[in-house]
Amino acid sequence: MSTATDKMAPAGAPALDVERLRADFPALHQEVHGKPLVYLDNGATAQKPQTVLDTIAQYYGRDYSNVHRGAHTLSERITAAYEEAREKVRAFINAPESREVVFVRGTTEAINLVAQSYGRVHLRKGDEVLITELEHHANIVPWQMLSDQTGATLKVAPINDAGEVVLEEFERRLGPRTKLVAIAHVSNALGTILPVAKMTEMAHAHGAKVLVDGAQAAPHQAIDVQALGCDFYAFSGHKLFGPTGIGVLYGRAELLAGMPPYQGGGEMIREVTFERTTFADIPQKFEAGTPHIVGAIGLGAAIDYVGAVGLTAIAAYEHELLQYATARLSEVPGLRIIGTAADKAAILSFVLEDVHAHDVGTIVDHEGVAVRTGHHCAMPVMQRYDVAATARASFAMYNTHAEVDTLVHALHKVREMFGR
Amino acid sequence: MSDLRDLYQEVIFDHNRNPRNFGKLEGANHKAEGFNPLCGDRLTLYLKVDEEGVIQDVAFDGKGCAISVASASLMTEALRGKPVAEAEALFRGFHDLLTDGHGAPVELGKLKVLEGVKAYPSRIKCATLAWHTLESALHDEDEPASTE
Repeated sequence: MSTATDKMAPAGAPALDVERLRADFPALHQEVHGKPLVYLDNGATAQKPQTVLDTIAQYYGRDYSNVHRGAHTLSERITAAYEEAREKVRAFINAPESREVVFVRGTTEAINLVAQSYGRVHLRKGDEVLITELEHHANIVPWQMLSDQTGATLKVAPINDAGEVVLEEFERRLGPRTKLVAIAHVSNALGTILPVAKMTEMAHAHGAKVLVDGAQAAPHQAIDVQALGCDFYAFSGHKLFGPTGIGVLYGRAELLAGMPPYQGGGEMIREVTFERTTFADIPQKFEAGTPHIVGAIGLGAAIDYVGAVGLTAIAAYEHELLQYATARLSEVPGLRIIGTAADKAAILSFVLEDVHAHDVGTIVDHEGVAVRTGHHCAMPVMQRYDVAATARASFAMYNTHAEVDTLVHALHKVREMFGR
Repeated sequence: MSDLRDLYQEVIFDHNRNPRNFGKLEGANHKAEGFNPLCGDRLTLYLKVDEEGVIQDVAFDGKGCAISVASASLMTEALRGKPVAEAEALFRGFHDLLTDGHGAPVELGKLKVLEGVKAYPSRIKCATLAWHTLESALHDEDEPASTE
């Protein structure tokens, strides 16, 4: 499937051997409707390398027990692996300390945790939460719920036609009442990469805390929470080639330490009597009940894998692939790309003149091509562009130029069928 | 591509390109909105039902995929002149057609071109949106009909 260009990298970036990468992902090697699968729905979830599958099998199959409990060998073995995964996450996002890494179910739970734990304590009537117009529902709805509970107001910073946050408008909405700013690192519906470090600086100048929804960023670029300066960073394991049901909330230690628990139960306590309970230190305070142990260890394996490939190489390769895909898709008559920010991740949302995205999705699937169709859990973005739905091709490090060609070929078939 | 043609039959393309009874209906005495939150399809259905309970006129407008627009268009053709009870029976029959239901057989006529949708579980709601909206309109429900 690969073309010569897949082995090439822009000057200065280490090369990415895509064919070798692809060999590591068993799910990529199958046929759909008699055609080789072209998996371009990585924004929804990414496929898993064999090493992650093997790690999961190993820890369920041999080294399995509960964590932080028994004094027996298996428990000690898996506790060490679980905590080692936390350390891998710390290094992956360059957090100062591993206790600032809380394992959660995913980005959605991480944001809800901050809304319900930090938000309910620190927000009062009249306070404000600021988000942007391009947010995923997971970074809108928890703040609406919090606003209903506290009387706080949700403010929205607009985007321009290219899908970029208008920074002057963003800054104008910051003020003494802004307590929290919650922004995507990368837009799932438009691909826009937000200038998070700059926005964080602006927010901090007004004393607001900043949460970054990194669900779409983590698989595609190096994350450095210290360089970004944010107070909270959330991402999911399953989009990072890891298991579902595991994700990460990074929070500054001093903030996490001052926050009440999100859920009560075992694992998160120090001492319990019927009169009162004292809570464990961070991060255990936020990990009530038996955690997704093997999920965390699997995520650690995914981080190892991505680290070995190299995020600089991945980002460079995907950037070049995006440019190629943008140029090729632009050749399709009647195709309009939604989201044309100057700084973009490898996500291409588009509409085809007179053909609904749902029909596009079904027809290209018959050519083996998996794309997402719909509102991408970002209905306000769809309203902004006055479209009911878009088709979205979202790329990962294992996608090739030849696969882009297959998508373009499939889109021509759609036009053919619809007599355009 | 042959199996894809089972879904996208020429009749469906025809009704998608030139939907019948498309637009608002003056003097409608029943009206309802339908919404498929999964794909954002929206349609409004207008009915004029006489004292005898016969659907004298019907129209729809809105936006949707080829399957939902064609299904709405075909439905309006099938409904005109039918007593409400027969319209309800058609809905049951159509629903059975797409879900392998076991209700009493109903003569579906042209509506049978949508049978191919059965093989695409994610698209069945596209085909039934107009019919759910019909139910809402007949029962004068205030909330938009939703496929969810």
